[in-house]
Amino acid sequence: MTSLVASKKRWGEKILRLVFFLCAFISVVTTICVIAILAYETLSFFQEVSVTEFLFGTEWRPLLEPKAYGILPLLAGTLLIVIGSSLVALPVGLACAVYLSEFASDRARSIVKPILEILAGIPTVVYGYFALTFVTPGLRLMLDDVQIFNAASAAIVVGIMVLPMVASLCDDALRSVPGSLREGAYSVGATSYEVTARIVVPAALSGIFAAFVLAVSRAIGETMAVTLAAGATPNLTLNPLESIQTMTAYIVQVSLGDTPSGGLAYKTLFAVASLLFTITLVMNLLANKVMRKFQEVYD
Amino acid sequence: MKQPENAVLEARNVTIRYSGEAAVKGVSLSLFEKKITAIIGPSGCGKSTLLRSLNRMNDFIDHVTQEGEILYRNSDLYGEHVDPVEVRLHIGMVFQRPNPFPKSIYRNVAWGPTINGLSGDINERVERALKQAALWDEVKDRLDDSALNLSGGQQQRLCIARALAMEPEVILMDEPCSALDPVSTARIEDLLFELKEKYTIVIVTHNMQQASRVSDYTAFMESGVLIEYGDTDEVFTRPKQKRTEDYVTGRFG
Amino acid sequence: MDLIKPVTPEVIGRRSGSLRRRHLYSRAFRIACIGFTMSAVGVLGLLIYQVAAAGLPWLDLQFLTSFPSRFPERAGVKSALYGTLWVVSFTAMISLPVGVLAAIYLEEYAPASTMTRIIEINIANLAGVPSIVYGILGLAVFVRFLGLERSVIAGALTMSLLILPVIIISAKEAIRAVPSSIRLAAFAVGATQWQVVRSHVLPSAIPGILTGVILALSRAIGETAPLIMIGALTYVAFVPDGPMDEFTALPIQIFNWTSRPQAEFHELAAAGIIVLLAVLLTMNAVAVFIRYQGTRK
Repeated sequence: MTSLVASKKRWGEKILRLVFFLCAFISVVTTICVIAILAYETLSFFQEVSVTEFLFGTEWRPLLEPKAYGILPLLAGTLLIVIGSSLVALPVGLACAVYLSEFASDRARSIVKPILEILAGIPTVVYGYFALTFVTPGLRLMLDDVQIFNAASAAIVVGIMVLPMVASLCDDALRSVPGSLREGAYSVGATSYEVTARIVVPAALSGIFAAFVLAVSRAIGETMAVTLAAGATPNLTLNPLESIQTMTAYIVQVSLGDTPSGGLAYKTLFAVASLLFTITLVMNLLANKVMRKFQEVYD
Repeated sequence: MKQPENAVLEARNVTIRYSGEAAVKGVSLSLFEKKITAIIGPSGCGKSTLLRSLNRMNDFIDHVTQEGEILYRNSDLYGEHVDPVEVRLHIGMVFQRPNPFPKSIYRNVAWGPTINGLSGDINERVERALKQAALWDEVKDRLDDSALNLSGGQQQRLCIARALAMEPEVILMDEPCSALDPVSTARIEDLLFELKEKYTIVIVTHNMQQASRVSDYTAFMESGVLIEYGDTDEVFTRPKQKRTEDYVTGRFG
Repeated sequence: MDLIKPVTPEVIGRRSGSLRRRHLYSRAFRIACIGFTMSAVGVLGLLIYQVAAAGLPWLDLQFLTSFPSRFPERAGVKSALYGTLWVVSFTAMISLPVGVLAAIYLEEYAPASTMTRIIEINIANLAGVPSIVYGILGLAVFVRFLGLERSVIAGALTMSLLILPVIIISAKEAIRAVPSSIRLAAFAVGATQWQVVRSHVLPSAIPGILTGVILALSRAIGETAPLIMIGALTYVAFVPDGPMDEFTALPIQIFNWTSRPQAEFHELAAAGIIVLLAVLLTMNAVAVFIRYQGTRK
C-alpha cells in the first residue's frame, strides 16, 4: 500500500512561507505604527489645545507669543496650492491624455509618453528650485505685488509635477473606452470633436475623476517645492501672490528648527501630520473606490 | 439579374489592402434601391471590410489603401471634396456587437439627429425610429433609463433605432445578429422585412439560413474575391459557380 | 438642415454651413490638445535648459570632490554624493528582498482570506501616503525608539518603508505576468511551492522585478522630506564611514543651497541638480535596458 502522506513534514517550506508572510505583513505593521504614533502625540496635543481651536482657529503661531493654534492658515495655504496646481494639471493633463489616446500616432505616443514619465520622475526639490529661480522672477516681471515667496509659483510648479500622473491615468481611462463606442458615434454622422468630447470623455468620466482626486491628494502631500517657494508665513488668505505656509512646509520647518521634543510646540508637528494623513487617506480611498468601479464597467 | 439602373451604391473593381495585404480583391457590386442584399462567405473573406468601405468607416484604420471606385448615386464616395461625416448621414451602420452609448435610451436615439441639426421635432423622430425598430412598446415608459440596462437583443434594436433616426437611405449591417440569441435574431429578421420598404439594406452575415430567408440578392465572397452575385433564390438553389455550391451546401466554411 | 433626398447626381461634395463649422471645432479642438501637450513637453525643455545654464559652469571635478563650504567657489557635493550612495545602497539591500518576498507571498502563497485582503489594502494605501509622514515614522521608530540616531541606516530604513509599497506592487505585476502554464507544468512533476517559485517563476519575473526596483530606488534618491525629518544634516563636511554615521544627501544639499539668498548658491544648487539628474538618468537607463533585455528573450 503506497502511502501518500508526506514522508517528512516539510518544515523548510513552512518556515519559508512564514518569512514571506512576515515580509508582506510589514505593510500592516507600518500602517499601525503610523496611526499609533500620530494618534498618541495628537491626543496628547489635544489635552492642551481644544479640537475646536485647532480646527477653526484663524491664527497659527505655535512658536512665538502670543501663541495660537488654529490650523486654518495652514489649510488655506495648502488649499491655494491645491487649487493652483489643479488649474494647471487637470486641464493640461486631460488634454495630453486626449491627444495621446485619440490623436497621436504610435510614433508620437512613443515620444511623448516617455517625456511625460521624465517629467514625473524629476525630484520635487528640483521643482522647488525651478519655482524659486524661474517662476517667481517671471511672475514678478509680469505682475505687481508678487512677493518673493508666494503660493502661485509653488502651485504652478506642483501642477507641472502632477500633470504627468493626470495624463497617464486619464489616458488609461480613455483607452478603456471600447473602440466600438467610437465607431457607433461616427456612424451617426458625428465629427471627431463630438465623438471625443460628447461620447468618449463622458464614458471615461469616473476614471478621469479618480485621476483628478489622486492628483489633488498628491498636491496636498507635496513638501519640498512649497517649502522652498511658497514661504514660511502662516497666512489665512486666498491671494496666491502672497507668502503662505502649507501644512507640509510647517512640518519641515519644525523639524529643521530647534524645537525641543516633548513640548507643546513639538506636538503641533504631529497634530498637523495627523490632519494631513487623514485628508490624503480619505482622498486616496475615494479615488481607488471610484477607479475600481470604473474598471468593472470596462473589463 | 436586374440591370444596375436603380443601383444606389456601386463598387467598381474595388481592392482594399491592410498594410499591403489585400483583403478585398477587384470586387464589383451593385446594391439596389429598397432591396436587401446579403454578403456571405467564410470568415476572413473580406465581407466586413467591403461593407465598411461603403460608409467610409475604414478611414479610421491605419495603413489601409483602396483602389477602384465606390459610387453613391453616381457620386464618388472618396472624392476629393467629399466629407465623410456627410456620407454617413446617407449611409448608416449597425455593428456586430450592440454598442449603445452609455446614456439614456432617449439620448441614444436623439444624439445623432441633435448634433446634425436634423429637421423636425426630435421627440417625434425618436418615437418613429423606436417604433420602426420594434422597440417602442418595450421602452416607451422608461426612455430615461440607461441603455445599458437593456438586454442584448433590445440593445441591438436600439442601435438599429439609432441608425434609423438619422433617416439614411442605406443601412449597412455587419453581422447584426451574431451576438444575439435565436429569439432576438428572429425578431430582427422580421424587422428587416418591414424596413426594406423604406431603406436599402446591405447585410453581412455568416448565417446562410438568414441570408436565404431575408435577402433579395446575395453576394458570395471568398478570400477577398466576389465569386458570385445574383438573386438569392438562384444563388442558393442553382448557383453558377462550384465554389458557391460547395459553400451553400455546407461542404466547407 | 433638411436631409436632402438625392435626385441629382452630384449629391455628396457640398459642405453645408453647419458641417463646416463643426469640422472647424474639431480642428480647433485637435490643435488645442496638441498645443497643451507640446507646452508640457516645452516646460521640460525649459527646466532642463534653466538648470543646465545655471549649473554647468560650476560643474567640474573640484565640485564633485569638495565638501560644502561657506564660500561658493570652494563648495562641492562630495559629502552629499557619498551620502546618497550610502543610503541608496542600504535601502536597496533592505527593500529589495523584503519587497520581493512580500510580492511572492501575495502572488504565490496567499489564500483568499481577510488577512490577505487587509495586507493588500494596506499596501495600496501606503503607496499614496505623503513622504513626509514616512519621515515622521522613521523619526519615531528608527531614530528615537531603536536609538539609531540620525544615521545612514536610519535613513535607509525609512526610505525602504517609503518605497516598499511601490516595489511590492511592481514585483507583483512581474510575477503575475509569468504564465500559469509554467507553474502548472512544474507542479505536475512534483515540485514544492518554493521549488516552483525559485526555479521557474522568479527567473522569468526577474527583469520586471529589477526594473521596478530600480525605478523605486530612483524615486528614493530624489526624496528629501523623509531624510530631513530623521535629521539628516544640511551642512556636512565628511563622508560616512559606516552605516551608523551621520550623513547628508544630494537632494538635501540642493535644498540647502537653494534656500540661501545668494545667487551663487542657487547656481551651485543647479550644479547639484545636474549631478542628481545624471544619477537618475543612469538608473533609468539601466532599468530600460533590463526591460528591453527581458522582452527580447
